[in-house]
Amino acid sequence: MPELLEVKDLKTQFFTRDGVVRAVDGVSFQLAAGETLGIVGESGCGKSVTALSLMRLIPMPPGKIVEGSIVFDGQDVLKMDDDDVRSIRGNNIAMIFQDPMTSLNPVLTISRQISEALELHLKMDKAEAKKRTIELLELVNIPSAKKRADDYPHQFSGGMRQRVMIAMALSCNPKLILADEPTTALDVTIQAQVLDLLKNLAREFRTAFILITHDLGVVAGMTQRIHVMYGGQIVEKADTGELFANPKMPYTWGLLRSIPRLDESRKAKLVPIEGLPPDLIAPPPGCRFEPRCQYRREICSTTPPELKHIPNSKPDHEARCWGTQEGGWLVNTDWRQDIGSVKELEAIKMDVADLPPEVKRAEAAADTPPGAPGKDTRNGN
Amino acid sequence: MATEFIQRSRSTARFDSGKNLLDVKALKMHFPLTQGIVFQRQVGAVRAVDGIDFFVEKGETLGLVGESGCGKSTTGRAILQLYKPTSGEVKFDGVELTKLGGEQMRKMRRRMQMIFQDPYASLNPRMTVGNIIGEPLEVHKLAAGKAKTERVQELLKIVGLNPYFTNRYPHEFSGGQRQRIGVARALAVEPEFIVADEPISALDVSIQAQVINLLEELQDKFKLTYLFIAHDLSVVRHISDRVAVMYLGKIVELADRVDLYEHPLHPYSQALLSAVPIPDPIVEVKRKRIILTGDVPSPVNPPTGCRFHTRCWKAQEICAEVDPEFIEHAPRHWAACHFPGA
Amino acid sequence: MATVTTSAAQQRSIESNVLTRKQRSLWADAWWRLRRNKAAMFGLVIIALASVCAIFAPLIAPFEPTAIDTKVNNMDPFFVDSKYHNSKFLLGSDQLGRDILSRLIWSARISLVVGLVPTMIIFALGLTLGLTAGYFGGWVDNLLMRFTDVIYAFPDLLFVIIIMATLRNTWLGDIMGGLILIFVALAVVSWVGLTRLVRGQVLSLKEKEFIEAARATGVPTKRIMVRHLLPNALAPVIVSLAFAIPGAMLAESVLSFIGIGIRPPTATWGVMINEGFTVFSQSPWPVLMPAICISVVMLAFTFLGDGLRDALDPRMKL
Repeated sequence: MPELLEVKDLKTQFFTRDGVVRAVDGVSFQLAAGETLGIVGESGCGKSVTALSLMRLIPMPPGKIVEGSIVFDGQDVLKMDDDDVRSIRGNNIAMIFQDPMTSLNPVLTISRQISEALELHLKMDKAEAKKRTIELLELVNIPSAKKRADDYPHQFSGGMRQRVMIAMALSCNPKLILADEPTTALDVTIQAQVLDLLKNLAREFRTAFILITHDLGVVAGMTQRIHVMYGGQIVEKADTGELFANPKMPYTWGLLRSIPRLDESRKAKLVPIEGLPPDLIAPPPGCRFEPRCQYRREICSTTPPELKHIPNSKPDHEARCWGTQEGGWLVNTDWRQDIGSVKELEAIKMDVADLPPEVKRAEAAADTPPGAPGKDTRNGN
Repeated sequence: MATEFIQRSRSTARFDSGKNLLDVKALKMHFPLTQGIVFQRQVGAVRAVDGIDFFVEKGETLGLVGESGCGKSTTGRAILQLYKPTSGEVKFDGVELTKLGGEQMRKMRRRMQMIFQDPYASLNPRMTVGNIIGEPLEVHKLAAGKAKTERVQELLKIVGLNPYFTNRYPHEFSGGQRQRIGVARALAVEPEFIVADEPISALDVSIQAQVINLLEELQDKFKLTYLFIAHDLSVVRHISDRVAVMYLGKIVELADRVDLYEHPLHPYSQALLSAVPIPDPIVEVKRKRIILTGDVPSPVNPPTGCRFHTRCWKAQEICAEVDPEFIEHAPRHWAACHFPGA
Repeated sequence: MATVTTSAAQQRSIESNVLTRKQRSLWADAWWRLRRNKAAMFGLVIIALASVCAIFAPLIAPFEPTAIDTKVNNMDPFFVDSKYHNSKFLLGSDQLGRDILSRLIWSARISLVVGLVPTMIIFALGLTLGLTAGYFGGWVDNLLMRFTDVIYAFPDLLFVIIIMATLRNTWLGDIMGGLILIFVALAVVSWVGLTRLVRGQVLSLKEKEFIEAARATGVPTKRIMVRHLLPNALAPVIVSLAFAIPGAMLAESVLSFIGIGIRPPTATWGVMINEGFTVFSQSPWPVLMPAICISVVMLAFTFLGDGLRDALDPRMKL
């Protein structure tokens, strides 16, 4: 099947006063038409910046896509002019954000906002657009859609607003929907409603979608494949079943071990990932996860590992880890049993006691910290 | 050293086993809605908490779960008298808190503390970590001068932070570390009871477990009693001994952890449990999901009868008319439902 | 560093927090940002210069500001190409033959005092009332705010003019050439804005979790107000004061210009403009010189205020 989306070596950086933040640092992946993909990672791992880069929505400055290519439907998004990008955004790629309030205009009625897109992109006339709007609202299960279409965003509840966003995203029959934490702001019961709706609609319309979330539980039942991101890079790629049954990267192990499960049978002690997330201005020289990894060896701190196929796994399962790759020391490790070196674990715990990497770096960079009187610190102009 | 001190002082505290540390009866917390500029008149009330009964035993963790707006955080604050309850009783170790005067209550606060949700908003940005943790020691006259500094350093060490950070400011720390500072502040006065209001929901996934483990370790070490408020049922299941489920200002079910998660009686608890995604695709495919329709009604005009009847798939006529009583259906398993069980 | 041992990690963490290192408080950060702002620093230098002039006026000024010498009146400044020059008067003289330079220097005194004193009164009043109204709420708040509404409803300058015009000839208007009356008049109209600002700050801060945390730990009310609310409400207050000072100075000039401010012969920039106006057709300099002084000092305070606002804006930090 020809790929719908092909991202190659994407690098997005932010140029700040403190230095260059390598928010996305060499991300490559593909997505076929109709396929569903989950991107999982913590805040600051670069998952949202990846999504914004795909839509060319990175605020410039301070942000900039410095390298890579994003080929959507045969065209490189990064080489398009602004008008073409805008038409792609409306027509072919739609986005659903975490907070629907930020993407809905508070002074326009819902129907106005949806039909505007229909009129603009699909060249519908007013009556047609209005009719389609109500159909869409019914599609996302908004009760008495006809009446509510003329309401303003603030008259809807959080869950309803997210439904409106989904209706808006579907309005122009996009080929790809990017959902960035679509349910994080919602309550569990509402989250279940919205996820259910998303899943059914994507299946019905054969729309590809990328679900970006921090919650492994959310992607487990939603997507075909999962990419795990850490420190601006993809650290593990696998299809969903494989990732949960046979994860091959200590970070993924850590994530799975550190969340309590609703169906756990006994009250087991959680094994947290110790330490603090990396500073993306001065990332660790070797593996990005090395400072927090209790399985680390010398090579991890010096040479960054490649994202490579992993022995003892399905063919499309890749991970960025020296230990689990061919000839590594973790090839046969059972992550459920072996929680790694206790000594290393203790050493990593010291990191939590310490200042975060950003603060340390800032202090090391400026011998005289900001605020110290007397000496001149005017160097950053 | 200070650890010893805490343990010693604890042994002198009353410790009757089987006695409840906290008893809450018919607690109501209504926030008036007013209109008018000069002459304000009440036009209604947000019934955030509307008559709840529960107890917390010494040394246990009671989990309080519910969706946003169900009144769980308000309950925590009303217990600590941060809000003045509209009516009802809050008995802490036999003392009726709602009747205490300002100064008496202030002294009482030594024994009960709170951990907040937002580690960015709950620390005064203009104070050093040392002053933040040392303030409770100062205002309760527990330590001063060098003893205070030592105690603060001890507390930092207990929560897993470098003891030399007393002169640092909160903005220099990451979210998880700030939450540790908040925990240290709560521990400073050697409390017996801690209300933890969503202490991990603002933290990153990999940091959440660090804080949960810290809270569990501290509970063992200092024999703490927790009221753990959260919306995440998996976390509550992990940390609690007993769990109370709240919906729209009322507790709908209260039971031991295992009972509640394995045999939930109230339809709302059942729906809530089934809505939690489980990080395992095999389990996810097999699970039967109860998807509730509609939204949580407004606490200004809650539905008549059982508050859940507007979203309940089991609802019958009686549910809209009669508010079900909160009854013990099985030993230590209470629920408020006309048709409890599967 | 293959396997980082515990002791090495410990060593690392100890090295990284040398106790002698200066800590970064938010105030220190703000000062650091302010120092990098060139316009604000320029403003600060001008203000410092003006303050030096004001404080050491008797030493710097070549003449008494009120010394009249009608033989050499209406002289032009040295840089003007005209026949009316006198080497005694660097910046010329006015219609009564008083040295303009000396009068300008002495005026700086009055202007700065008029800028600072009412502002300090406003600061004290606004802070106390704003904190009280905001923290306690209820009827205290209601009463205070309705009162501020009433005062707010008057146009500021008109209110000041009314006060000045009615009280100018009473005992109050006589103290220190009318200076005290000006303080009172300016303070009476301006405390309202600051009180509202502080109250608004307190209202939003009061809902913050750290205030709730302080209450939950049992911190007494007075201490909450002083240690928790006050330092956090201060940043916008400082900015608004930086703008209030030039406002008061300008108000004094306006009042003196229309003849109900400081009584002549005391030199203030407003009085000087007022007097210079009568000879404006012959020589613009007696008007222009004080006008330039007012503009420059006003601009300096505005630059500083802008700089302070940028430096203290917490959004930049977060």
